[in-house]
Amino acid sequence: MMTTPLIEVTRLRKAFGRHRVLKGIDMRIEAGSSVVMFGPNGAGKTTFLRILATLSKPTSGTVRVAGVDIRDNPEGIRQYLGLVGHAPLLYDDLTAYENLRFYARLYGMEASGERIRELLERVGLWHRRHDLVRTFSRGMVQRMAIARALLHNPPILLLDEPDTGLDPQAAEMMTDLLREIGGSERTIIMTTHHLERGLALADRVLILVGGEIVFDQPASDIDYQELRPLYDAYVGEGVVA
Amino acid sequence: MSLSRRLLDILNFLALIAMLIAVYMALIEAPDAINVDPAIRPAQRIIYFHVPSAWSSMLAFFVAFIASILYLITKRVRWDIWARSASELGIAFTIAAIISGSMWAKPAWNTYWTWDPRLTTYTIVLLLYIAYFMLRGAIDEPSRRARLAAVYGIFAFLSVPLTFMSIRWWNTIHPVIVDNPENPNKFGLGPNMRITFMFTNIAFLILFVTLLANRISLGWAEERLDALKEKLNF
Amino acid sequence: MKRYLDVVWAVLWKDLRIELRSKDVFTSMAVFAVLAVMIFNFAFELRVPDKTVVIPGVLWVTITFSGVLGLGRSFISEKDRGSIAGLLLAPVDRSAIYFGKMLANLLFILIVEAFLLPLMVIFFNTNFVSPALLLLLFLGTLGFAAVGTIFSGLAVNTRTREILLPVLLFPVMLPVLMAGIRATIGLMEGDSIADLAKWFNLVFFFDILYIVVAYLTFDYVVEE
Repeated sequence: MMTTPLIEVTRLRKAFGRHRVLKGIDMRIEAGSSVVMFGPNGAGKTTFLRILATLSKPTSGTVRVAGVDIRDNPEGIRQYLGLVGHAPLLYDDLTAYENLRFYARLYGMEASGERIRELLERVGLWHRRHDLVRTFSRGMVQRMAIARALLHNPPILLLDEPDTGLDPQAAEMMTDLLREIGGSERTIIMTTHHLERGLALADRVLILVGGEIVFDQPASDIDYQELRPLYDAYVGEGVVA
Repeated sequence: MSLSRRLLDILNFLALIAMLIAVYMALIEAPDAINVDPAIRPAQRIIYFHVPSAWSSMLAFFVAFIASILYLITKRVRWDIWARSASELGIAFTIAAIISGSMWAKPAWNTYWTWDPRLTTYTIVLLLYIAYFMLRGAIDEPSRRARLAAVYGIFAFLSVPLTFMSIRWWNTIHPVIVDNPENPNKFGLGPNMRITFMFTNIAFLILFVTLLANRISLGWAEERLDALKEKLNF
Repeated sequence: MKRYLDVVWAVLWKDLRIELRSKDVFTSMAVFAVLAVMIFNFAFELRVPDKTVVIPGVLWVTITFSGVLGLGRSFISEKDRGSIAGLLLAPVDRSAIYFGKMLANLLFILIVEAFLLPLMVIFFNTNFVSPALLLLLFLGTLGFAAVGTIFSGLAVNTRTREILLPVLLFPVMLPVLMAGIRATIGLMEGDSIADLAKWFNLVFFFDILYIVVAYLTFDYVVEE
């Protein structure tokens, strides 16, 4: 029986100076679930993901991954995390292959050649492997970013608005890619501004407003027609996906 | 009135009294220094101001150094306030020491500026802590400002003895032209002078503690003001 | 430990690879160094009876000023492209990233020196290079890269960035500069390392002290 959730967030608070970004988040995420988080700009979504990724330290409260407090062993926990952020985390002056080779070494992967080939083929960039990343389109860069995040096959994948700045076609392609890699074992936590696209991937929906969770339901219980007005009220319509 | 406010008032009063006595002792009570040229005997009394200022500045930077370390360990706003308050006071006392030093140098050595190791070191230290405040001024987000300033504060303080040593060794290639005016033993302070010298040092210590306490209390007031401004979206 | 060294090496390799492609940093450092030496040459030519007496000062000042150009870039590209987060996600103690970048900076400055020294020998028409001088330059550059790398990480988080770096860096570097210049004078006058031991020791102590302090504090520079 699984009793401890994969990720357990308790009374998580984060303040920058006096500016409180997260005001006490409690959350349990089971292994294998796909959590999609909505919220207006400045709601604290990025900060939340950055704390999970150990890039930012909580002001108070705890985050446990597989029962281990991230403060006790951040190095160990990073091995289990993949992050796709606003920035692609790639080097323009390295080729696609060199970028992945570099990250493979950061993750201590010995023979990474096969894995890199597998990932580049999956995201459809194997034929461009020897081209500098600076020559790639936004959509290609984003696919590279996903390949990079998956390199060490992390059981947890954090995605911070991976569809922002993509044209609809590229965004569609990415949704398919994410569905494909999600599978049943990988846990995905994603933020997005696009309601439909988010719902297509989610099995649990959260809305974060002003550093607090105001909505948390399994996707199966959600009726789109009911969620839409709620979403508009919280997140606002001014946000373009 | 809160207890801390009352304590601060007592401290302020004590510092005032101590400084008044110090001025009296330095200017009237202490005898002339007989072993220096009569023309510069009045100027010699600067020692009672100059040396305590220099010591106070080092004490201030040391407090800032410790507070910086404590900030990094605890991340408490308190230690950031301590660090920046002490650094500010350190700058003030350093300037006082440099100016009083050159006021002595002019009549004694007929120049406002010598490349004396201590004077040069103090000038570098002044630049170090000006850089510290430039760093602070260039960061908007308060917790990042406190964190990065603390790192710089540690590097800066540790460089002071190295700078002093390198400048002193450097100067040994030249003959030592003048005896060091800051060294009371070489100067041969008489018993009365020594009492005055000790008392002014204690008075400056009290002054330093008082100013630091006031500056820290002001620091807290700044924090509260910023919080209020933010609440009112000012 | 092997994991740690692997990451140090990977970061170093990455910075070198990018530099070999773009040559941005090295080119500006080298061009600046040549210009500085030429300007110094003109500045001293008419007023200084024997130009070789200014070699120690010109050497160290040129290295410091051209070095700070390269150091300034060290974290700026990472920060602007957001790739710093990619480094910080590595499952290893973050000081490994510091050491990787520090070694890359050390190497860049050493390469500039390798280029600067023969140039100065030609311009000043004096061979002042000796093994002892190379050791001194290496020790001085190590301290410079050690402090410069972490200060570059500080400066990149500020509004003023590159402008601030020399202001932060030079007062802290003063002991190394003084020791470097003074020991170079000694070496050119024929003193042995033993005669100049205190200067070598001072620089060596500086290196050890600040590498340790940087190791202890780098985490605080990059955390949020």
